[in-house]
Amino acid sequence: MSALVEVQGLSVVVRNADGGETAIVKDVSFSIPKGRVLALIGESGSGKTTIALSLLGYARRGCRIAGGSIRIGETQVLDLDDEGLYALRGAKVSYIAQSAAAAFNPMKTIMDQVVEGAVIHGTATRAAAEAKAVELFAALALPDPKGIGARYPHQVSGGQLQRLMAAMALITDPELVVLDEPTTALDVTTQIEVLRAFKKVVRERGATAVYVSHDLAVVAQMADQILVLSDGEMREIGATDDILVRPRHAYTQSLLAAAAPQPRGEGAAKDAAALLEIRGLVAGYGRVGADGMPATRVLDDIDLTIARGRTLGVIGESGSGKTTLARVVAGLVPAARGSVLFEGQPLPTNLTERTREQFRRIQIVFQNADTVLNPAHSIARILARPLAFYHGVRGEEAAKRIARLLDLVKLPATLATRKPAELSGGQKQRVNLARALAAEPDLILCDEVTSALDTVVGAAVLDLLAELRRELGVSLMFISHDISTVRAVCDDVAVLYSGCKVDSGRRKDIAAPPFHPYADLLISSVPELRSGWLDGLPARLAVEAPAPGAGKPPPGLCTFLDRCPVRIAGLCDQVAPPRRILEGGKEILCHHTGAELEAVQVTKASGPGSRRRDETERI
Amino acid sequence: MSLAGKIGLFFVVAWLLAAIFGPSIAPHPVGAVVSPDVFGAFSSAYPLGTDYLGRDMLSRILYGSRFTIGLALVAAICASVTGTTIALVAATAGGWVDELISRLMDALISIPSKMLALVMVAAFGSSVGLLILTAAVSYTPGAFRIARSLAVNVRTLEYVLAARARGERLPYVGVVEILPNMVNPMLADFGLRFVFVVLLLSGMSFLGLGVQPPDADLGSLVRENISGLFEGAPAVVVPAIAIATLTVSVNLLIDSFSGRTGRVAEN
Repeated sequence: MSALVEVQGLSVVVRNADGGETAIVKDVSFSIPKGRVLALIGESGSGKTTIALSLLGYARRGCRIAGGSIRIGETQVLDLDDEGLYALRGAKVSYIAQSAAAAFNPMKTIMDQVVEGAVIHGTATRAAAEAKAVELFAALALPDPKGIGARYPHQVSGGQLQRLMAAMALITDPELVVLDEPTTALDVTTQIEVLRAFKKVVRERGATAVYVSHDLAVVAQMADQILVLSDGEMREIGATDDILVRPRHAYTQSLLAAAAPQPRGEGAAKDAAALLEIRGLVAGYGRVGADGMPATRVLDDIDLTIARGRTLGVIGESGSGKTTLARVVAGLVPAARGSVLFEGQPLPTNLTERTREQFRRIQIVFQNADTVLNPAHSIARILARPLAFYHGVRGEEAAKRIARLLDLVKLPATLATRKPAELSGGQKQRVNLARALAAEPDLILCDEVTSALDTVVGAAVLDLLAELRRELGVSLMFISHDISTVRAVCDDVAVLYSGCKVDSGRRKDIAAPPFHPYADLLISSVPELRSGWLDGLPARLAVEAPAPGAGKPPPGLCTFLDRCPVRIAGLCDQVAPPRRILEGGKEILCHHTGAELEAVQVTKASGPGSRRRDETERI
Repeated sequence: MSLAGKIGLFFVVAWLLAAIFGPSIAPHPVGAVVSPDVFGAFSSAYPLGTDYLGRDMLSRILYGSRFTIGLALVAAICASVTGTTIALVAATAGGWVDELISRLMDALISIPSKMLALVMVAAFGSSVGLLILTAAVSYTPGAFRIARSLAVNVRTLEYVLAARARGERLPYVGVVEILPNMVNPMLADFGLRFVFVVLLLSGMSFLGLGVQPPDADLGSLVRENISGLFEGAPAVVVPAIAIATLTVSVNLLIDSFSGRTGRVAEN
């Protein structure tokens, strides 16, 4: 018996409304030797999760496994009856889902849930399972392995919860582990701690795994083999390095190209007049106290400038306040302190005080293409509204303008009569952009516009943005959590952490140190498209994110204090950091000087590089 | 549509037809004493028997259903439309306006509908207009609560934020952006309100405080024939069955609607 898992000619169909069936997985075959990791990679709708679930003998509602065979060890999965499947799932094959937060029951302690599988399947007594769980917690580099089981899911961080789910999956010593996008919902700095733990456990236990992901760079760290899927069909299968270095199929090549976005052209000259200036902005949510400050402060003392025709990238992890920043500029969230100047004129922070002209000139494009278009309205109606509202254009003239707008965002004019539900995610995001363009704005606030899209579709939207900026000369505030997209489209970059601007500069400044320690962590945490990147990471990146409720550092001090690898005891925890302006105009909020930071970051950043040299020597 | 939904649809349509065409197809005038038999059994001349005065039950029910369905329909429409409108105002305005309206509605909802109806009838006497007003006022807060929770959910969606960031006025946001996306659940809620109103009005009439003789709705038909209960007369059973089929069938129909929209949303 050569391989542990063998899948032959698997096909899965989904029932249509009219009773017919459409194949969503077509004739997929692969095998996984014991102790190896196979990655299934593809975009949404490529069938990767469907294949992963069929390894558990499971098809989602409305779907049916129509043919083929799946053998795991000596079990023919598709021949099993309900009882057989019950014995299989969680015992021989286990599953790690994308959102650990949704997979844990908030009413039970973590230990109860982690050992449940072993106890139900009778593979271990409760006491033995608990001992083993503690062992797994330690192996997954969780803090306080003995005590963490007594906590409830909301008392640990997202990254920790994801690792706890891995412990849950491994407790029965399954023959096969299925990981379904286990790090997609995590911030990039958290992702790396989870990836590290997964990699270590998989290696130590010699687990056989299927790793489902859309992210080639992540997969490159985890997998021995990669299977590329699109539209339910196998495009290519091969060893990880082969796929990354010598992709044969055109589709794989396009995936690789989209994964490493190329810089788009630069905007207007850097000394162009300021279009938007933000000074000393403080904003937040909740009841406003006697001092005029909201209960929860989300943004603290933010200074930013966007020049006419240029793009400012705002980057940070979830909760850093970047969306709130866009909403303050759009007038959706009032500012508590500070001012927002548009062409030198103060912009009212309250919706009701703004003029229609001010509304027109600043347009916001929201993140989620699925909820940003009113499902009850047709595309034509959605686009006609800003035309009528701002420009008074109606009737035939409006129809002409709508056709031109659709053409501008590269959509066929026939789409105008459809409802948003009939469009794909990328098409919806284009309509979303077209609606903003209909106002003929000077500034577009793009809030994570590509995050919910597949890489290839997202890259096309980025191209479109760059082209529109070139042709129409609009300025952009581009908000993203993904540093590679920001690098690709932005002229200037600001890094937010916990509501503070910790680092800012020009595009070239985020290519080389010195960085603020958080920016350094953020930039170094982005997986690179080569295997072995994860193993060569410098140790300074192994700082745990604090658990929720751990509390922020006291107000006034550096917000990054408790995660900072280079903090100075007695200084950083006593005195607020100064804002340093380095040569070239780069700003850093830190006690360290530029030279000090550069020294730390350059020596350690050479880690992966030197490792790469080692590898070439070995080859 | 499920079998239960089809059954519901059949009865609802049948009752609507009875309410619209009842008087013209009724074999006898509503008040005519046509049989010497009181509490007569089912017979070919009087398919649903006769009542305590010897009047034809079939004709009485056809006329009565017009009152019950008509009153309930008007009252339920008033309650749903008012509730939805106030809810849209509260949800789009937010802040203290929302707070004020919501607390007022909470105060109204804390008054039991039957008690309110009894007090209103005691104070002003029973009339068709008063009954409609009472029922509408009693069920407006319920419709408001449902509509407000729907509207508040829709309000936080990004297309509503996009409209507000575009500078749209609140009435536009409420009517064009929010309302179309809460119509389906509000229709289901309207069906429920209708059933509640039918039961309230029937209850009032049963107590003799609803529709006054010589007119009669289904509730008063039960009451005036209550003495026939001991003889097992159809006259008391038939209107009760009529109320039951009407309310149950509306419920079945609504359930099948909400089930269908649920599946559509999943796809």
